Amino acid sequence: MKPFFYDRAADTDQALGYARQPEARFLAGGTNLIDLLKNGAEQTSRLIDLNHTGLNAITVTADGGLSLGALARNSDTANHELVRQRYPLLAQALLSGASAQLRNMATNGGNLLQRTRCPYFTDPAFAMCNKRVPGSGCAALEGFNRMHAILGASEACIATHPSDMCVALAALDAVVAVRGQQGERRIPLGEFHRLPGTQPQLDTVLTQGELITAILLPPSPFADHSHYLKVRDRASSAFALVAVAAGLALREGVVERATVALGGVAPKPWRVLGAESGLIGQRPGTPAFDRQAAGVADALLAGARGFRGNAFKLPLAHRSILRALQLAGQGTGGGA
Amino acid sequence: MQLAAAAVSTVALPLPPVFRPAPAAVPPNAYAGSGFPEPVPVVLRVNGQRHELSLEPRVTLLDALRETIGLTGTKKGCDHGQCGACTVLADGRRINACLTLAIMHEGEDITTVEGLAADGQLTPLQRAFITCDAFQCGYCTPGQLCSATALLAELHAGTASAASADVRRPRPRPFASEAEIRERMSGNLCRCGAYPNIVEAIRTVAAGADGSS
Repeated sequence: MKPFFYDRAADTDQALGYARQPEARFLAGGTNLIDLLKNGAEQTSRLIDLNHTGLNAITVTADGGLSLGALARNSDTANHELVRQRYPLLAQALLSGASAQLRNMATNGGNLLQRTRCPYFTDPAFAMCNKRVPGSGCAALEGFNRMHAILGASEACIATHPSDMCVALAALDAVVAVRGQQGERRIPLGEFHRLPGTQPQLDTVLTQGELITAILLPPSPFADHSHYLKVRDRASSAFALVAVAAGLALREGVVERATVALGGVAPKPWRVLGAESGLIGQRPGTPAFDRQAAGVADALLAGARGFRGNAFKLPLAHRSILRALQLAGQGTGGGA
Repeated sequence: MQLAAAAVSTVALPLPPVFRPAPAAVPPNAYAGSGFPEPVPVVLRVNGQRHELSLEPRVTLLDALRETIGLTGTKKGCDHGQCGACTVLADGRRINACLTLAIMHEGEDITTVEGLAADGQLTPLQRAFITCDAFQCGYCTPGQLCSATALLAELHAGTASAASADVRRPRPRPFASEAEIRERMSGNLCRCGAYPNIVEAIRTVAAGADGSS
C-alpha cells in the first residue's frame, strides 16, 4: 500500500474542510477502499476518516419514512427494528451481502460507493480496464465475463454494480442526501449511479468533495409482501449473478402497487419505471398474475444483451423476476 | 528429500549467511524530507492491555497486532477480507482486521484469540471446539473462535440473518439451526473442511448443551 496521510474528522464540517485538500478521499468502513489501496487499484495520498462524524443515526423522518445515516453499519441497519418491520426487503438485501464481519464494518454510504468486482478492475496486473485506466480498453468484453452486465453496459465497460443494498433501495424509491462545498442536495437513488457510456471511470454523479450524509426512505407499502431473491454461485458470501428486489402492495388480495429492481445485471441497480404496471389489479397465485409478471420481466430486460460468458443471465433473470414476484405474493418470509 | 538432506550434510558446503532480524523500528529520520507520511502515535487497547504505538497511517489493524504488538494468534490468510482468518472483536463486534487501519480503532476494546480465555480458563466455545474436534491444521481456528464468539452474542441479541425465514419476526430465545450457523459463519473459510465439526461445536454452545447459556 502506498503511504498516505490520515485526518480524523470530528464532524461533517471538518470532513468537508479536509476534503478541499488535493487527492483527499473519504474513508468510512474501509472494506472496499482499503482492499483496493493495497494493490494500487485505487490510490490516494490522504484519507479522511468519517467514522467519528456522528452520521450514524437511523431516525424516523417527518413524512413517516426513515433516514439511514451514511455512517451506520450495514449490520446495524439490517437489524434496526424499524428497518426489519417496515422495510424487510432492505434488511433481507443487506443480510444477503458479504459476511457478518464485513457488514459490521461496511457503512450505508460506503455501500453506495463500492466499486465493481470485475477482476480486470480490481487487479492492476491487467493492463486493460477503462474504469481503472481510462482509454486502456475493456478486457472483460472478450475475457472472463460470467459476472458481467447484460443491461446498461457500453463498449467501454461491461462491469456490474455489486451492491445488494442498492437494489432494495432502488425498489423502495430511496433518496441520497448529499453535502458538498456548495451546500446540500438530494439525489433519487435511480439517478445516483451513472451508466458507463464513454466514461466508465465515473461510477456516480457525486462531485469531488461531496459527502453522503444519509439515505432517505419514503414510507413503504411493501412490508407485508416483499422478497429479495439472490441467485449466486455459492450459498453465502458471494456476489449476485442475478438479484431481484420485489414488492407488492395488496388490498383485499389484489395488487395496488408493485415494484421490481434488479441487481447483478447492470452497472447500476436496474429499474424500468412503469414496468410493473401490468400487475395492478392482479391476484398473486393466479395464472393471470404470472402472465403479467412475465410481462414485467420482458419490460425490465428489454434491450438486454449477453456476452460469451454471461448469456445465461437473460433466461435466469427472466425466471428470477417471476419467482421473486410469486414469493412476494405469498407474503414476506412466506417463500422461505 | 530426506536422502538429499542427509547427503548435503556430509559435504562441507559454505554456511548460509547469518540471518539478521530487521531492526525493531525504522529510525525516525528515515522519513525526514521524504514527503512520506511519518509514523504517528496510535494507542490501542488489546485484550485489556494498553499499547502506545508509533505507526504509519497505512498500517492495518492485522499488521499492528501481529508485527508490532506481537500477538500472532490472529492469522493473515487472504489479506482481502475473504477468508476470515484475521477475525477479531472490536467492542465485541467481529471484524476483518486486514481491511481496517489500526489508527481507526483508537478508543476501542480489541479482543484477539489470545484474549478470549479469562484467567487461563477456556471459554465454553473453546472447550467445544476441542471436544467436537472442530479443527485440523488450526490456521483458521483463531478467526473461527472470534467469529463464533460474536455469533453467539448476535444470537442472544436476536439478530436476523439471510437464513432467517422472516426478518420481521422477533427472536425471543437464541436458536441456531445448522442453516443459521452456516450462513452466519460464511465469512470464515476452513480449507481442511472441518465445517461439520465447527457447526457442531457452535450448535452445542448455542443450545446450552454444556450448561453455558
